[in-house]
Amino acid sequence: MTKVFSRPEALNDVELHYCPGCTHGIIHRLVAEVLDELGIVGETVGVASVGCSVFSYNYFGCDMQQAAHGRAPAVATGIKRALPNRVVFTYQGDGDLAAIGTAETVHAASRGENITVIFVNNGVYGMTGGQMAPTTLEGQVTQTSPYGRDVKTQGYPLRVCELLSQTSGAAFLQRTAVDNVKHIRETKAAIKKAFQYQLEGKGFSLVEVLSACPTYWALPPAEALKRLGSEVIDYYPLGVYKDKGAETDEK
Amino acid sequence: MAEKVLMKGNEAVAEAAIQAGCRLFFGYPITPQTEVSAYMAKRMPKIGGTFLQAESEVAAINMVYGAAGAGARVMTSSSSPGISLKQEGISYIVGSDLPCVIINIVRGGPGLGGIQPAQSDYFQAVKGGGHGDYHLIVLAPSSIQELVDMTQEAFDIADQYRMPVMIMGDGMLGQMMEPVEFGAKEGRKLPEKTWAANGTEGKRPRNIINSLYIEASDLEELVLERYERYKEVEKNEVKVEEYMVEDADYVIAAYGTIARVAKTAILALREEGIKVGLIRPITLWPFPTESFKKAAETAKGFLTVEMSMGQMVEDVRLAVDGKKPVEFFGRTGGIVPTPDEICDAIRKMKEGK
Repeated sequence: MTKVFSRPEALNDVELHYCPGCTHGIIHRLVAEVLDELGIVGETVGVASVGCSVFSYNYFGCDMQQAAHGRAPAVATGIKRALPNRVVFTYQGDGDLAAIGTAETVHAASRGENITVIFVNNGVYGMTGGQMAPTTLEGQVTQTSPYGRDVKTQGYPLRVCELLSQTSGAAFLQRTAVDNVKHIRETKAAIKKAFQYQLEGKGFSLVEVLSACPTYWALPPAEALKRLGSEVIDYYPLGVYKDKGAETDEK
Repeated sequence: MAEKVLMKGNEAVAEAAIQAGCRLFFGYPITPQTEVSAYMAKRMPKIGGTFLQAESEVAAINMVYGAAGAGARVMTSSSSPGISLKQEGISYIVGSDLPCVIINIVRGGPGLGGIQPAQSDYFQAVKGGGHGDYHLIVLAPSSIQELVDMTQEAFDIADQYRMPVMIMGDGMLGQMMEPVEFGAKEGRKLPEKTWAANGTEGKRPRNIINSLYIEASDLEELVLERYERYKEVEKNEVKVEEYMVEDADYVIAAYGTIARVAKTAILALREEGIKVGLIRPITLWPFPTESFKKAAETAKGFLTVEMSMGQMVEDVRLAVDGKKPVEFFGRTGGIVPTPDEICDAIRKMKEGK
């Protein structure tokens, strides 16, 4: 029999701890497929962050370093400066990257640090039990916005790609989603491009992947994907926010 | 014999690190240690090294964590408020068993405090500082030559035990100039960094640098292993200077800059016929407990002198274990005790006041 589908080599054969319907699994797979296709697993060091994806150091088949909450871009900077010929990526959620790690994110981008950031935005703190994130949408109910996020007291959801597009050091910024096959394919292409830019020494690359959290959105998985494809994408438009390789393509 | 050069402490420490093979330095400006960064900024690009001014002390120590995990010799430097910010990262570095060197040129506190020399961060350096069960190896030089020698050795010590080493100076040590010599020293035989996460190249199983252990029994086991290593450090690495202790009726305990002031006081007191000696811990952790135990058999009493409200005095009391009185004299906020003040404190002890 011909094998038509298998686990990417860069993804370890272990049980993932994610909730049913969580889209982290899809994104892990896409990153692993890209590492395989570029043939760089042995040259790569990944940085896991704090949040639902904290155990990603067990899942990716490359060397990994686990970072404190929000500090992954700084840790990746240290690794990349020590090993300039290695491929270095971080895998971070929105609480990690857009709240506690905002400074590290902005400055890694601003320095044009030649690393790749996989930014998984599901609009909620998952690991600690579904609290409001900086990316939580207006009106969204979470454990710490039990009456819905009130922008008067809790501020507005932060758009990371738009923010980072103002930094001169960012080489590639794209926002994608994993709500349907077309978007998943786009996400993979974006991740591949981000790693390619790093290999070409172009500078900081980040792919923001809009992701679903059925558990803390309190929706069945299929409904969660529908919300992702509508409400979430409406506030966070998909697209390329910076592309130093195609100057004219910038938003 | 290498020639002597006149150097400021902060610059000497930077040069010493470079000579020890450190090629990565992550810093952030803060008085009174900024010259370390300035020196690194000038030298590192010329020798193919990295100087990076981070966006914060928090980022700087996490860059150190990353580079250390990659297997590099790496250093950062700061002063008290900045070292407070680094505590999270230090705890992660310890929890991941990584070597690095951290310079702390202490200034007055708490809060923004002042910029004058102080020793009020002894507790922070020696008793933890960050979260969790752990120790740093803490070295306390009292001259710029010692600062240079210790910085070079610190990288070897860190690599040998896979532990961060903190060099604890004070604002005076950082800012003053003294003649120093950079000699080629025989390094220690060090284990290879087979644990480094630097890319498998498909030739070995992958390495993971991590401090997270969800199973309590796993974490306990790891901490116990680490404490076994700490016992080795306590056995092998204690350094202390004993100065005129043998016949001393009173023994001053002081480290770093203030130990030099204490020596001036000791000579003056001996002119008066009061026999005083000095025990100067060179390693603050591991602490030279044995020196104090031994002195407690012959001396009448101890005086701990610090540029703080009394922190190391607690360790001196633990070591002396109630066998003899341990008094304290200190100035704080950036004030350096004078020899006269120390003499007075000893005279009071002698008179039983």
